[in-house]
Amino acid sequence: MSRPNLFKSLAIGGTTAWLALFALLPFLLIVGVSVLTRDPASFVAPDLSLEGYRSIADPGFLQIFLDSLWWAAVTAAACLVLGYPFAYGLAKLRTRRKNLFLLLIIIPFWTNSLIRTYALIFIIKSQGLLNTSLLLLGLISEPLEILYTDTAVLVGLIYTLLPFMILPLYSSIEKLDPCHLEAAKDLGAGRLRAFWEVTLPLTWPGILAGTMLTFLPALGMFYVPDVLGGAKSLLIGNFIKNQFLTARDWPTGSAASVVLTLIMALLLAFYSGSTKGTTPRQAEDLGA
Amino acid sequence: MLRRIRLAYMGLIYLFLYLPIVVLIVFSFNDSKYATGWKGFSLRWYGDLLTDAQLLDAALNSLTVAALSATIATILGTLAAWALHRYDFKAKKLFQSALIIVIMSPDIVMGVSLLMLFVALHMDPGFVTLLLAHITFCLPFVAVTVASRLAGFDRHVVEAAQDLGADEYATFRWVILPMVMPAVLAGWLLSFTLSLDDVIISFFVTGPGFEILPLRIYSMVKLGVKPVVNALCAVMVTATVLVVFASQILLREKK
Repeated sequence: MSRPNLFKSLAIGGTTAWLALFALLPFLLIVGVSVLTRDPASFVAPDLSLEGYRSIADPGFLQIFLDSLWWAAVTAAACLVLGYPFAYGLAKLRTRRKNLFLLLIIIPFWTNSLIRTYALIFIIKSQGLLNTSLLLLGLISEPLEILYTDTAVLVGLIYTLLPFMILPLYSSIEKLDPCHLEAAKDLGAGRLRAFWEVTLPLTWPGILAGTMLTFLPALGMFYVPDVLGGAKSLLIGNFIKNQFLTARDWPTGSAASVVLTLIMALLLAFYSGSTKGTTPRQAEDLGA
Repeated sequence: MLRRIRLAYMGLIYLFLYLPIVVLIVFSFNDSKYATGWKGFSLRWYGDLLTDAQLLDAALNSLTVAALSATIATILGTLAAWALHRYDFKAKKLFQSALIIVIMSPDIVMGVSLLMLFVALHMDPGFVTLLLAHITFCLPFVAVTVASRLAGFDRHVVEAAQDLGADEYATFRWVILPMVMPAVLAGWLLSFTLSLDDVIISFFVTGPGFEILPLRIYSMVKLGVKPVVNALCAVMVTATVLVVFASQILLREKK
């Protein structure tokens, strides 16, 4: 075989083999195991059954599932509300150091997210910084009990995921052409109306991307409730983790993973549908 | 006025992001076993850190896995991006969907599916499985980063190289690679970051024989985290910030 062909087959063959073995095969495994039977000795027995799906159809799991979706939605919404003005401010910053400010958003990632979650305990525990300052300021008379509650989990999720909302928002706001806003103003739109009818629709792709990047990971972040939450706070991630590591029920864990993946696929389909459908047309409407 | 409010708000968000880390660093100098109050300045936890072989090993393991997996993922991801850009082959659609599956699947699903794969292959969880997993979840991010740079390329460059007698390998090595180098470096950095930050996937694919920092801390959280961890985190954060600022200054001088 000549050298050019060797390189070509290595480039295609090597990477295809890797992805087939470590991405497609595990993906098929999870779908396969979800329709098998649980076996205490070797994890799964090769008998087809819907046991796994039956056990996640029970009300207990549905409750976890709905709670989890709710917490993920609240997290995404909170990140959007907190992140949008920030990303807007960052994009409109008139300084040469803009990249540095952007970098400051990314730096925390180099300390592992579990370490950052653990660091939050220092702030929200009953004798932590938050309570001490609020007590000193006389704003509260009793320390707030946040740690080991659902609120702590929510704070932890927002804390970990906020940068994933800010970055896509920033890049879509940064791309905004100021001409659109000027045009809106010339046509008599006030500030609020211009924001609502021009800025917001034009940054829609960033909003969607940020929502996806916060909502989906939030469903699986089992370590946030483990570190900050009480015993009751459960995400789908905690449920799946327990099925694999504690209950050793692979079919049920796999079935829950398949459902989670389906939600993701649905959201993705919605995402690509709405970014393809609306944005270019709205941009065209605005004369882009 | 509006501008001031905006700046103040941005300051608050930065405060939110950095306050826990700063407080952690402050408490690493606290002369108390319990993080309940301030007992005075001390460097004792830094002394303890130097003798805590388990914790130092875990930190070193994290860095080793991050550097190795970033490097291998960068090589594979760059080749993948080039293969997709340059060649037509039968499995191309499958190839692309595998990339998308890896980028979009929730970490937890990827973690448990790799766990099942390694059990099925009779591989003991440890260094090798962790490395394979990290390479796999970093690879598509490199491929996407490099592919987006390749997308803007003039096809004639490749034709010119081949008219001048370069074979496929030489074209890639001496023409394409130098042109996509910024994206390759960005891909490496992104992979390194993702690998260091990961908790969920690592949790399922490594074993007691090979511990990395987040999992060491995870196992400590329930029983109470020793203050020596604060010292280690403080060292890591400081090192990170120094590296980032040093690279900023170096880059500016280059310009």
